[in-house]
Amino acid sequence: MTHGYAIGAVAAVAVTTVAVGALGLRRARTTSDFYVASRVVSPRWNAAAIGGEYLSAASFLGIAGLILAFGYDVLWYPVGYTAGYLILLAVVAAPLRRSGAYTLPDFAEIRLGSPVVRRLASLLVVLIGWLYLVPQLQGAALTLRTQTGAPHWLGGLVVVGVVLCAVAIGGMRSITFAQAFQFWLKFTALLVPAIAVLSVWHQRHDTIGDGYPTVPRSTTVTVSSATTVRVEQPETLVIHGAVDGRPVGGPVTLARGEYHLGANTRVDLRAGDVVPVVTSLPTQHNADWLRPLGSGQDHPLYASLSLMLAICLGTMGLPHVLVRFYTNPDGRDARRTTLIVIAFLSSFYLLPTLFGAFGRRYVPDLLLTGNTDATVLLLPERMLAGLPGTLLGALVTAGAFAAFLSTASGLTVSVAGVLSQDVVRRRPDPRRAHRIRAFRLSAILAIGVPYLLSLPSERIGLAAVVGLAFAVAASSFCPLLVLGIWWRRLTDAGTVAGLVCGGVLASIAVLITVVGGRERGWLGALLEQPAACTVPLAFAVMIGVSLLTRSRVPADVGRVMVRLHVPESLDLARARPARGNRSSPATDRSSQAPPPLADASATPTD
Amino acid sequence: MSGNRVRITHPRTDAARRVPARPVIHEIDEQTQLGEVYMTSLVRSQRRLALLVCSLTALLLGGTALVGALVPGFSRLRLFGISVPWLALGVLVYPLMIALGAYAVRHAERNERDFTALVERK
Repeated sequence: MTHGYAIGAVAAVAVTTVAVGALGLRRARTTSDFYVASRVVSPRWNAAAIGGEYLSAASFLGIAGLILAFGYDVLWYPVGYTAGYLILLAVVAAPLRRSGAYTLPDFAEIRLGSPVVRRLASLLVVLIGWLYLVPQLQGAALTLRTQTGAPHWLGGLVVVGVVLCAVAIGGMRSITFAQAFQFWLKFTALLVPAIAVLSVWHQRHDTIGDGYPTVPRSTTVTVSSATTVRVEQPETLVIHGAVDGRPVGGPVTLARGEYHLGANTRVDLRAGDVVPVVTSLPTQHNADWLRPLGSGQDHPLYASLSLMLAICLGTMGLPHVLVRFYTNPDGRDARRTTLIVIAFLSSFYLLPTLFGAFGRRYVPDLLLTGNTDATVLLLPERMLAGLPGTLLGALVTAGAFAAFLSTASGLTVSVAGVLSQDVVRRRPDPRRAHRIRAFRLSAILAIGVPYLLSLPSERIGLAAVVGLAFAVAASSFCPLLVLGIWWRRLTDAGTVAGLVCGGVLASIAVLITVVGGRERGWLGALLEQPAACTVPLAFAVMIGVSLLTRSRVPADVGRVMVRLHVPESLDLARARPARGNRSSPATDRSSQAPPPLADASATPTD
Repeated sequence: MSGNRVRITHPRTDAARRVPARPVIHEIDEQTQLGEVYMTSLVRSQRRLALLVCSLTALLLGGTALVGALVPGFSRLRLFGISVPWLALGVLVYPLMIALGAYAVRHAERNERDFTALVERK
């Protein structure tokens, strides 16, 4: 019966998503000029839509899981996700909206007028988009497996199916309303269980002790694949299965040390038993867990600061973020929308922290399997017995699925738009049917590749993989946007050099971390959090090479600067040609930029 | 309509003075040197604001990180039974970030209003 509610919740979210997408398509067709529509969209709706698309599996599930495992240091993730919008607001929001760019490659072309830069930017959008999509699909697989016992490959496939379906019938992302709805769904799905959990906790007068995490009541844990765990203090555990290759079936006395548990070994933890911890996660006293820099990583201060840099500067370079700003009528509203986004995110991110902290007390058995991303899903059922717990569990599952769907569809449309424009279909094709076919092919490519990549289930936390996507974005697009908007002397050669340098170095670090496992010491810290090195380096290279190639400063830089910075209330005839009068196609791509899915359905409208 | 009428006025009247006043926005639009001067002032004021907000953000977050790392007693502080570092980074930084964002919006809009007033000055 438990499974029934969860499956029902997932199905409801999927059907609603597709239905709202279909409704939005009908409306989009009747709205020929989406500028008119977008003036109807208030900053608050826009902000909820941005939040809806932004709050991904990493935010919904990942942060709480990482907090359970690592403690205080993980609080930097949600703070960074919010601070990213603060930086975006201060540095790029209004000029980016005024540029009229629909995608990052568009901005690169408007500013620098170079097809090479455009191509390179497209490549990076696809790379970052894929890197961001993989954890979404893994999160979906995890959710479905935890709540219904479905096989690993199925959850991701459900998301792929729903997203492709929504994209095929008109792009769910096209509707501000759909994304705004997703935001409030996610917020409610965490808020209601959080309140319930808080009140239960309040009655129990429970605290997190100083020792190693212990299970609050008898719990049975089954490790699905062979796992090495670490036992920090000698104890006797009831284990059925294989320990270090020997078959066991009953109480086993374990000394301090590492043990290898065979596949399908069952551990019956009794109340008060200290949980053995999988070796990929640190074993800490709760006292260390509570303390800043107590996460047991190497060079934790460097790791925290570098992570902050990556997230703060990477937000502006995420492929699905920029598109949402296009729905704002002007630069001023873009700023106001961003401010409301910050307020929304600030309220949302109070909740994962709560779940993570309670998780340490009530679902510490997840440390044994390393499956900590399931914290949010399991906590309500563990703390509330009976039907209320089950219903709250289903609500959380629905929210998690909303998180995968909204982020995945936003990313898929962004990546597919870039793929169909710059990769699949090199030359502009006037025939609409061909454009649509190219876009649909690209959509399959955009989400199919990350789905295949998500199948080998790597045990890096969801939020950690997303952090790596931020690092690549911060090392490539952040310098392009910041220098492009504020520095006149940027040249195409400088941009190419900076993008290649920052993008390649950050990607190498990501690849080594994801594929090669973890190094110790400074090298490991550098590879896991490359941003503190690669971001300044990318900036330096971009500035240095631009200064060396002064003759290549684009001739129309003055005109672009006027367009980026002068408020819309002032009437500019040349720098910002009136709509319907696109006189210079080489530099003004905004007219052709929206993904050529259909004339109106792919553009954000309401 | 009145092609053959000639208006004779003293050169120092308002009407006469308004004649050569080309709207500044055209200077900006056509990127004359005068327009560039106006643009430089706008971009400079906005850039200064952006840098200020980024620095304050860095100060807020970097400061929290450094206090946590370098002040030994900080991690043991409790308020109503809740660890102060958790309260600071889990709750308190958010309203501060909202306040910083509101500051950025207000001042960016003020810079733009000043610029508009300057350009549209009669």
